[in-house]
Amino acid sequence: MNRDDEKRNRLGQRMMLRYPTSTRINHWTMALSFILLALSGLAFFHPAFFFLSHTLGGPVWARILHPFIGVVFFLLFALMAVSHAGSNLPIRNDVRWMKQIKDVLANRDEQVPPIGKYNPGQKLVFWLLVLCVPTLLITGVLMWRPWFAGYFPVTVVRIASLLHALASFGAIVTIVIHIYAAIWIKGSFGAMIRGFVTHAWAKHHHPLWYDDTIKRERPRPDAKTSTKRDDPVA
Amino acid sequence: MSNPQNILRRSATTTTPPQGRHEVEPVAKLIDVSRCIGCKACQVACMEWNDVRDEVGINGGTYNNPTDLTENSWTVMRFTEHENEQGDLEWLIRKDGCMHCADPGCLTACPAPGAIVQYANGIVDFDSDKCIGCGYCVTGCPFDIPRISERDSKSYKCTLCSDRVSVGLEPACVKTCPTGCIEFGSKADMITRAEQRVTELKGRGFAEAGLYDPAGVGGTHVMYVLHHADKPDLYAGLPENPSISPFVSAWKGPAKPIMSAIIGITAFAGFMHYLTKGPKDEPLDEEVFGPEGEDAYLREHTLSAPETEPHEPGRRSDHEPR
Repeated sequence: MNRDDEKRNRLGQRMMLRYPTSTRINHWTMALSFILLALSGLAFFHPAFFFLSHTLGGPVWARILHPFIGVVFFLLFALMAVSHAGSNLPIRNDVRWMKQIKDVLANRDEQVPPIGKYNPGQKLVFWLLVLCVPTLLITGVLMWRPWFAGYFPVTVVRIASLLHALASFGAIVTIVIHIYAAIWIKGSFGAMIRGFVTHAWAKHHHPLWYDDTIKRERPRPDAKTSTKRDDPVA
Repeated sequence: MSNPQNILRRSATTTTPPQGRHEVEPVAKLIDVSRCIGCKACQVACMEWNDVRDEVGINGGTYNNPTDLTENSWTVMRFTEHENEQGDLEWLIRKDGCMHCADPGCLTACPAPGAIVQYANGIVDFDSDKCIGCGYCVTGCPFDIPRISERDSKSYKCTLCSDRVSVGLEPACVKTCPTGCIEFGSKADMITRAEQRVTELKGRGFAEAGLYDPAGVGGTHVMYVLHHADKPDLYAGLPENPSISPFVSAWKGPAKPIMSAIIGITAFAGFMHYLTKGPKDEPLDEEVFGPEGEDAYLREHTLSAPETEPHEPGRRSDHEPR
């Protein structure tokens, strides 16, 4: 395969795979279920949001469906969490990156230390959700009527209800930040839609991941062949 | 249904409910436990008036029948055999059911607007058509009263016969009680009546007789005269100091506005950040790799160690901090 056959964007920039198809399908199924869960859950949390219960077909349907969607979300999340835990472990540069969060926020990217496939902000999102989502599942089952809540002492159900609200608050704030980051950092949304980022994007935002990927796929930088495939999973 | 223009509180509602009519006198039902003979006429009258019929259940080995409140049994006699200090047996019979709290835990917890209302006369009523079946009322109730129907997943409990009271009748249980153990009237009158009964009981040797109108829930619109008011727990676990659980208060109190505000502020802060700092645009090849492009860059640079290894600062001048 000639290098000219490599995937390029409309500007002619070389592209590399960031999120394989399975990851993307899982991400967007999770995203859809999370949005439905958040909207219906907020409806039960505060009267100001009660109208949101109509996103699931009215308040009674929202009450019926919310926990089932929650179980689906948990299973998808568990799949993602197990397969991505390794690449979300902190590395030394993450600490320096976090100390320079002001530079990150001010878009002074040239002053920020190089980081791997996920930046410390993404890793924080990952671990916050790892904390919140299982809490939501356990407390959600404890308060799930008519199936489970009746089997537990009312004090347990009360504590579960409070923790469920706290954990969902944590998860929603985390996801709001996650969504904003995707709007803020151009190229990341497209990566989660079609799977690819430009080499320039990878080198700029995730230099260590770029280096790893290039080394793996092109043992000699001046090689005329590439082992790269479009999408190993599709 | 009581008068919809006299609503003190309405579930999941942040504005003032209709309170157009004035001078509504709070009502109360007074149950003098010392006079109850356990005939269950009130249970029958309740089912009769409200057109609810329970399944034929099981005999639990006691006179409690049915053994617990259900969506069709809104009141149940609870029988307790108590041996007092003199070694005498006392048969304590308490008519259990909704207490119609002035500060109702069910209403506090309910997420469905208007599914639970508290009328100006003190009656806490379920508007089952608006009920969504979540069971938060069960979670919120300090007396374990509401029951979710298996048939329609709606929550049910004693209405204090709000339909009868609204047209000047007493509740069905009061009407039928053969011993006069259950009385109904204004709350002030019922307290006066209870004081008389307590004095009588004290005269008969029940030194700790008293009125059960627990302050922890703001008082109740169903009150008991107890011969052992110091030990309400004797009466099939009547709570001594009922109040809305702090977990429920936190969940349905400050948590609601604070968390909602923080979520909104977070989203707004993101928007403001975008307005002031702008996006991180897609980098162009020459911006990242220099004018010669990626291939030239790769020829000139030795790539860094894998990301799990500590990074060597000297080799990546283009990405090093100052």
